[in-house]
Amino acid sequence: MEHWTPTSSTTADVEPSVPSVVARLLRDPKVVVAGGFIVFLVVLAVAAPLIAPQDPLAQNLLTATAPPLGFADSEPGYWLGTDGLGRDVLSRVIFGTRVSLTVAFVAAGLACLIGSLLGLFAGFFGEFVDGLISRLVDIWMAFPPVLLSILLVAVLGTGLHSVIIAIVVIDWTRFCRVVRTETMGQAQMDYVVAARTIGFSRRAILFREILPNVVPVLIALLTLEMGIAVVVEAILSFVGLSVSSDTPTWGGMIAEGRQIVHEAWWVLAVPLAALFATVVAFNQLGDGLARSLDPVLRR
Amino acid sequence: MLLTLVVNRLAMALITLAGVAIIVFVLLRVVPGDPVAMMISPGASAADIAALKAHYGLDAPLPTQFWIWLTGVVTGDFGTSITLHLHVTDVLASRLPATLELAIAALFVAVLLGGSVAIAGTLVRRTAGETAIDGINSILLAVPDFIWALALVLLFAVAIPILPLTGRIDPELAEGFTTKFYLVESILTGRFAVAGDIISHMAMPTLALALPLAAVIVRLLKQSLKEAMLQDYVLLARIKGFREVRLVLQEALRNAVGPTLALTGVQFTFLVGGTVIVERIFAYPGIGNLAIDAVINRDFPLIQGLVLLFGLIFILINIGVDLTVATLNPRLRHG
Repeated sequence: MEHWTPTSSTTADVEPSVPSVVARLLRDPKVVVAGGFIVFLVVLAVAAPLIAPQDPLAQNLLTATAPPLGFADSEPGYWLGTDGLGRDVLSRVIFGTRVSLTVAFVAAGLACLIGSLLGLFAGFFGEFVDGLISRLVDIWMAFPPVLLSILLVAVLGTGLHSVIIAIVVIDWTRFCRVVRTETMGQAQMDYVVAARTIGFSRRAILFREILPNVVPVLIALLTLEMGIAVVVEAILSFVGLSVSSDTPTWGGMIAEGRQIVHEAWWVLAVPLAALFATVVAFNQLGDGLARSLDPVLRR
Repeated sequence: MLLTLVVNRLAMALITLAGVAIIVFVLLRVVPGDPVAMMISPGASAADIAALKAHYGLDAPLPTQFWIWLTGVVTGDFGTSITLHLHVTDVLASRLPATLELAIAALFVAVLLGGSVAIAGTLVRRTAGETAIDGINSILLAVPDFIWALALVLLFAVAIPILPLTGRIDPELAEGFTTKFYLVESILTGRFAVAGDIISHMAMPTLALALPLAAVIVRLLKQSLKEAMLQDYVLLARIKGFREVRLVLQEALRNAVGPTLALTGVQFTFLVGGTVIVERIFAYPGIGNLAIDAVINRDFPLIQGLVLLFGLIFILINIGVDLTVATLNPRLRHG
């Protein structure tokens, strides 16, 4: 380095400035393409009424199960065909992004918050607290996640709230396990020992010293969880336990498409493709973020 | 000692199972829907309802209900299914073999598929072939069984309709079985036409469950293999003039398989959990499909039995993994 300054390299945990992190992220094609797709979905969700060519709820039995444009017997104006009730598949997929993204952001965010807090406590305080939280995680892991989510929604009643609560209740363990391990590792580091010696309070050490070093892992994990949440919502919609059937959801469309798959394959194929692309995008974004933000992997 | 490990894990497993039992029991008792109200005809009198509740033990106070259920469970009696009017133990016993055959077949396919691709990827390492495998695999890693199952439906039931869409076996062939392990029994008794029919029914659900696990195996095993290929013992074998394929299969694989084995065990529990939705999509008559029906119908005794059964399977898999890893790695045996 030409401009070597002692202050920037004598500490073990050099904090890179925010602009440099963003610049590095924008150089990663994975992050740009996948992130761009997520932004595109957000725009679709927000501006759905402006973008969708048809009313997603308008039924027209005369044009039911019309195939996508380019196939025989397609209906003009219905680009990706119509479903069993003559509703426009494209418009329903566009409106479906609303439920999917709401669940992705809210459910994953809350699961991250609760799981990380418990993980921080377990990893930092150890002994009794750790034993208690770890046992709780073990009990949770003994449930098949899909079964537990269906069980929870059956208990809570159907609806978006229940779906979100179910995902949070199930998936906090993912964050808890990773953050616990990370925190345990960080707590052994010299800088934490130093902070202890200087006499920092335990709260200050936990939230001001350890937490910022766990955040990179957390951001990547959060992105991956968003992809998982989208699939869980689709599964619950598929089983008929998510939002009411007047709200278009990908899972609801997939369930209907599965029923009439021999008459109208596009009713299943279109929302399935949307779900696939979204899950892959969240995953690739999470992968890219993990690589770019993790100081160890970067080297 | 290995024995201490087993006893330790079993004790932990009992605590975990007890926790699962309590959570499910409490959860189900706060369900708003009354299971008895759903199964009785609208004209029934209050006395009829009370009698029915008493029959299923739903009129006693909660702790009493739990105690009755718990003592039942310990003696292998999970009560009577409200919707099927059969003993839960009998229902589970008749449905479990279908799921076990499916899950084990999927595990087998995943290991075979993931293992071969990982080995192939190691043989072509640092070439365009490896880049292609890595690129495709990084996308496949993101795709869950639910999406695979439906994509397979579109592919093999609609685009190229060569596989049956639903069920486990052609109903006309499902005669003359003494066990519920149809696939194993038909192969052992030499009824290969029947076995072929069962395999064609199982192909799509098996693949849907196997592919996500295969992707995980490819990534981890290939990484371990590549690391092992750089070790001295491989170099020595190379100097002796062994061929590349033999280096990978005989020298590297043996030493690289440990981490993959441990992870495959953990992932196998996810695979078993995945049977719930995959069996639903293909109307496959296992415990997963049964579980969704039980929850939708609020069949308390059946749900409790099913969740405990799933919990038990998960725990047994985990113990099995720990033991295998401990046996393979002597240093951990005393842990």
